Amino acid sequence: MSTRLAQGGRLIDRAKTLRFTFNGRQMKGYAGDTLAAALLAGDQMLVGRSFKYHRPRGILASGAEEPNALVGLGTGDRFEPNQRATVTELFEGLSAGSQNHWPSLEYDIGAINTKLARFLPAGFYYKTFMQPRAFWKHVYEPFIRRSAGLGKAPAAEARDPDDYEHYYAHVDLLVIGGGVAGLQAARIAGQAGRSVLLIEQGPVWGGRAPVDGGEIEGLPAEEWVDRTLEELTAMPNVRLRARTLGAGLYDHGYAIAQERVSDHAPGAQGPRHRLWRIRAERIVTATGAIERPLSFAGNDLPGVMLASAVRDYLVNYAVSPGDRTVVVTNNDDAYRTALALLDAGLSLPAIIDARPAGGGALMAEAEARGIRVLKGKGIAKATGGARITAVEVCAQAGEGACEETITCDALAMSGGWSPVVHLWSHVGGKLNWDESENFFRPDPQRGPVNHDGNAHVAVAGAANGHLGLSEILEDAGSAAARLFGSAVPEAPEASPRDEAPMAPVWLMPQGAKQALRAKAWLDFQNDVKVTDVQLAAQEGFTSVEHTKRYTTLGMATDQGKLSNINGLAVLSQALGEGIPQVGTTTFRPPYTPISLASIAGEAKGALFQPVRKTALHGWHEAHGATWEPVGHWRRPYAYPRPGESVEDAVNREVTAVREGLGLLDASTLGKILVKGPDAGRFMDMLYTNMMSSLKPGACRYGLMCSENGFLSDDGVVARLDEETFLCHTTTGGAERIHAHMEEWLQTEWWDWQVWVLNLTEQYTQIGVVGPKSRAVLEKLGGTDVSAEALPFMRWCDGEIGGLPVRIFRISFSGELSFELATPAHHGRELWDKLVAAGEEFGVTPYGTEAMHVLRAEKGFIMIGEETDGTVIPQDLGLNWAISKKKTDYIGKRAQARSFMDNPDRWQLVGLETLDGGVLPDGAYAVAPGKNDNGQVNTQGRVTSSYHSPTLGRGIAMALVHNGPERMGEVLEFAMTDGRRVPAKITGTVFFDPEGEKQNV
Amino acid sequence: MLILTCPYCGVAADETELHPGGEAHLTREGPESDDAAFEGYLFHRKNPKGVHFERWRHSHGCGKWFHAARCTVTLEVFGSYAAQTTEPPQEIREILTARRPGWDQEAKA
Repeated sequence: MSTRLAQGGRLIDRAKTLRFTFNGRQMKGYAGDTLAAALLAGDQMLVGRSFKYHRPRGILASGAEEPNALVGLGTGDRFEPNQRATVTELFEGLSAGSQNHWPSLEYDIGAINTKLARFLPAGFYYKTFMQPRAFWKHVYEPFIRRSAGLGKAPAAEARDPDDYEHYYAHVDLLVIGGGVAGLQAARIAGQAGRSVLLIEQGPVWGGRAPVDGGEIEGLPAEEWVDRTLEELTAMPNVRLRARTLGAGLYDHGYAIAQERVSDHAPGAQGPRHRLWRIRAERIVTATGAIERPLSFAGNDLPGVMLASAVRDYLVNYAVSPGDRTVVVTNNDDAYRTALALLDAGLSLPAIIDARPAGGGALMAEAEARGIRVLKGKGIAKATGGARITAVEVCAQAGEGACEETITCDALAMSGGWSPVVHLWSHVGGKLNWDESENFFRPDPQRGPVNHDGNAHVAVAGAANGHLGLSEILEDAGSAAARLFGSAVPEAPEASPRDEAPMAPVWLMPQGAKQALRAKAWLDFQNDVKVTDVQLAAQEGFTSVEHTKRYTTLGMATDQGKLSNINGLAVLSQALGEGIPQVGTTTFRPPYTPISLASIAGEAKGALFQPVRKTALHGWHEAHGATWEPVGHWRRPYAYPRPGESVEDAVNREVTAVREGLGLLDASTLGKILVKGPDAGRFMDMLYTNMMSSLKPGACRYGLMCSENGFLSDDGVVARLDEETFLCHTTTGGAERIHAHMEEWLQTEWWDWQVWVLNLTEQYTQIGVVGPKSRAVLEKLGGTDVSAEALPFMRWCDGEIGGLPVRIFRISFSGELSFELATPAHHGRELWDKLVAAGEEFGVTPYGTEAMHVLRAEKGFIMIGEETDGTVIPQDLGLNWAISKKKTDYIGKRAQARSFMDNPDRWQLVGLETLDGGVLPDGAYAVAPGKNDNGQVNTQGRVTSSYHSPTLGRGIAMALVHNGPERMGEVLEFAMTDGRRVPAKITGTVFFDPEGEKQNV
Repeated sequence: MLILTCPYCGVAADETELHPGGEAHLTREGPESDDAAFEGYLFHRKNPKGVHFERWRHSHGCGKWFHAARCTVTLEVFGSYAAQTTEPPQEIREILTARRPGWDQEAKA
C-alpha cells in the first residue's frame, strides 16, 4: 500500500493538517501536499477509469504531464472537471471526485469494454458506426457519449463567481521555468541590469535539482536554489512569479502566461487567475524534461509510476507508493529512485535494466548497497487488478517468456527523458533528433527570429537536452548572454553528469507478441496501445498527423506529453523509417490547459463589450422601450405600453405615423462629413450617383458599392456648401464607411484634397414623421418649414423651439417627414419639446420595427435585409440611382463583369400571400426539379417580410429569378415544416405608389 | 502577434492595434480595363514564401494606412513606410538587398 513515511518530506508542514474529501471519503493531508501526494498518503492509488476501456488507473506522474489523475474539483458554481491532482495544491476543505466511472470508481460496468478491447481497435467508431445513418443520432452517439469521455461539464445554470484579469508586461527578458537553468538565466540577465520576468508553473522553485541532488558552487542544489532566489528577489529589475504557467509563445516575443493566484487559497482577495500578456525582447525557455514511460503489457496498472515521480513523492512529500517497489529502466537516472527508496528504508526486490551491460556509477552504487540488478532484462507483463501485484521478468531481447515473477505493489519505470520543447516549437523553432540521448532537442540554427531578424528565443538546460547540473548551468548562462550579444559568463562549479548511455527501448520486450502489445499502453488518457498505432500504420496512415487523429494518440487533455515520443517511435518502426523522418506532430499552445475564464478576463457581463447609447437612451428606457442591438448601439425596437404585446405596439406605432405624428430617434445613423476642394470628385467615386452636381441646400439618396460591385451602404447625402457634403450612412455602417473613405483617400487618391470626419455622435437626430409633422414644428416655431420654403429633399439650418437645428426634409416612411439634427447636448431638450408640443397631435415615439414596416410598405430597401454582400444595385431595381454619365465609380467595372451584367440574376419584387399571412423571412421560392444533390431547386427568396397594419395583410419583398417580368405570377414558398405557401409577385411599393403623402 | 512600427506616429504597435489590408502596390484597374486585367486586380494576390509587401492600417491608433516589408517565413520586418507610394522606397530596397540578396528577382517571379 502507499503510505506516509514517519520522517522527511521537504515540502510538507506536518504541523498543519488539512482535511479534504475524495469521492465523499474524508481524508487528511499536510500543508504543502499536492492532492496526488495526499491521496497516495491515504493509500488512494486508484483515482479514475480510463477513457475507452474503463480500466482502473492510478497516479502515474508528479507534475503537469499526469494523464490519469484527473478529478472534478469543487462543487456547484465552482465545480471544475479534468483538474490534474498532481498539480493541485491541497487546501482545507478541498472536495474532489473521480471521473468516468459508473456506478462507482471501485466497481465500474464499463470495464467490460476492456474484455471487448480486441473488438474496439483504432478507428473502431469510424468503421462501425457508419450505417444506417439515422442510427448515428439516436443510438451510436448517445451510447458513445455515455461510455466515453472524461470529466462532466459544469451544470448549465452554473455561473463562475470568481474574478479573472488580464495583466500586461513588457520586459527585456522573459524566463519560463524556475528550475536551476531558469534561475541561472535570470541571474545572469539580472546582473547585467536587464528587466527580467521569471515565471514558474508550480509553487516551488528549483525544478528537479533539489530532489535529484548534486552540488552547485559548493552547496547542495537545494541550498543553491534558496540562495539564488534570495539574490534574485533583491534585484529591483527582476520579477519572480510562482504558480505562473508559460502557456504559449507567439510571434515577435509575445507570450501568454497564466498565474493561478488563489487556486490554493480559495476565498482570498483578488482574482482567481491572472492572464499575463507579455512582450519580451528576448525569451529563455527553461522548461526542463519529462520522463517517458516504458511500453510493456500492463504498464497502465495502478501502482506503475514514473521513476522520477516515485522519487518526488518520497523526497518532497514523504509518501511511499508501495512497500515493495521494482524499478525498471533503460537509463541511469532511475537508479536515483532506487537509492531514494533505499534511503527511505523501503523494500526494493530488483532493478530491471534493459541494457545488457547495465548502467554506470549510479548502478555501481546501487549494487554496492546490495540491490539486485537484472541486466538485459525487461518486463513481459505486469499483473494485478486494481493494483499491480507482480511483474514477470523476461529477456529484453526476447519475446516475453517469463523467467521469474517478482511480487511487488509498486513499479517505478523510466524510458528516458524528453526535453520540453513545446514553447520553442510554438514559435516555429525546429528540432533535431539526438541519436545518443534518443530525444528531440532544439536546433539553435533553425530557431525563431524577432521583428529585427535576430534570434530572440533560446532554450536552456534540460529543455535544451542537457541533463547534468554542470551542463545545465553552463547552457543557461550562455543562453541568457548570447541572446543579448554579451560575453558568455563563466559557469558555476557544479556536479557533472556521470551516467552510462541510455538505450532506446520502444517496446518491452523487443519482440513482444500481439497479446502483450495489445496491453502495452502508449497514451494512457486516450487509451491508445502499441497495437493501435501499428494497426494505423498497417492501414495506411503513414503520416504522423494522420495516425494521431486516427488513433487519438496525444489528443487528450495532456496532449501526449508522455505518449508522443513513444508512439512516434512505434510508428517509425512499423513504417521502417527513422524517427526524425517520421517527425513530430505540431506543438500548439497552451502547454497545459488554461482556464477559459482567464482568457475572457474582465470581458464578461456588463464589461463584455461597450454599449453605445444615444442622448435619448434614458428617455427610451423610462418609456418601456424593448431594445434591438444594432452594431454596438441599442435602439428602441418598440415602446409597448403596459398590457400591450410588442406586436401590438408595432402596429399601433405604424398607424400613428400614418395618421398623425411619430417621433424616431435616428441619432445612430452615420453622419460623415466630406470636405475639401476635391470633395465633389471624391463623392462621385464613392457613390454610384452623380453627387458633384448636387446643389448646396439639396439632398440626394445615394448608393455606395465596394470595388467588387456589391451594394455596401446607402443613405441621404446633403450638400452643405460648394466644398462640403454630409453623408448619412446606415447605423451599422458608419465606422465601416468612414474607414472605406479613408482607405481610398489614403491609399489611392492621396493627392486629392479631401478630408473626412465621422460626426455620428456629435448630433442627436430626430425623425418627426407623419401628416402632423409640419404642424408640430410650426407650433414650436423658429423656422419656416412650409412646402415652399423647404421642399422635399432640401435641408436648411435654423431653430426649432429655440434650439439650433439642421432640418432635412427627407422621408424613409413615405410620410411628410423632417429629420432634425441638433448638437447632442441639446438632443434631450429638443425631444422633450417635441413630445410636449406633439401631445395634441397624438405624438407617438416609434422604434426600429415600425420603421421597418413603414419602409417596407413603401418598398424602400434596407442594407442587410435586401442586401447580403452578393447583391448589386441593379438587382434591386435601383438603376435610377446609377449615373450613366460618370466614367468611373467604385464598383463600376465590376458591375460590367459577365456574371453581374446578366439577366438571370435574381431581382427584387414585392410579394402578396394569397391568404394574407406573413411569409417567414428568408423562405425560398421553389422551382421544378431537383439539383445534383437531390435538393429542391429554388428560384428566389424572401428578403423582408412583415404584417402591414396599414394594409391589414402580410407584405414581403423577395429576390426572384426574372422577377420584374413575372408580375402576377404565383410562386410557392417552402416552409420548414414541409408546407408550401403560395404568394403572388407584385411591385415593391405597397402603399401610396404616387408618393402623394410625402409631397405636401 | 506581430509588432509593426507605424511610420506616421512612430508607435511600435501590436498586431491587435492594426488592421491588415493584404498585398501592397496593386494598380487599380478602372472601367476601361479588360477582363483579365480586372480579374487580376480584384482577385489575384501574391502569396510568397519570403519577402512580401503588405498594407496595414493603424486602426486603433492614428488611423493611417502604411506599408510593411516583411518575410512571411521568419516574420522578420524589414521596414514600414508611408502608403502614398506605388513601389517600395529606396531605403527599404537597400535594406532588402543587404539582408535578402536577390529579393527583387524573386518578387518578379
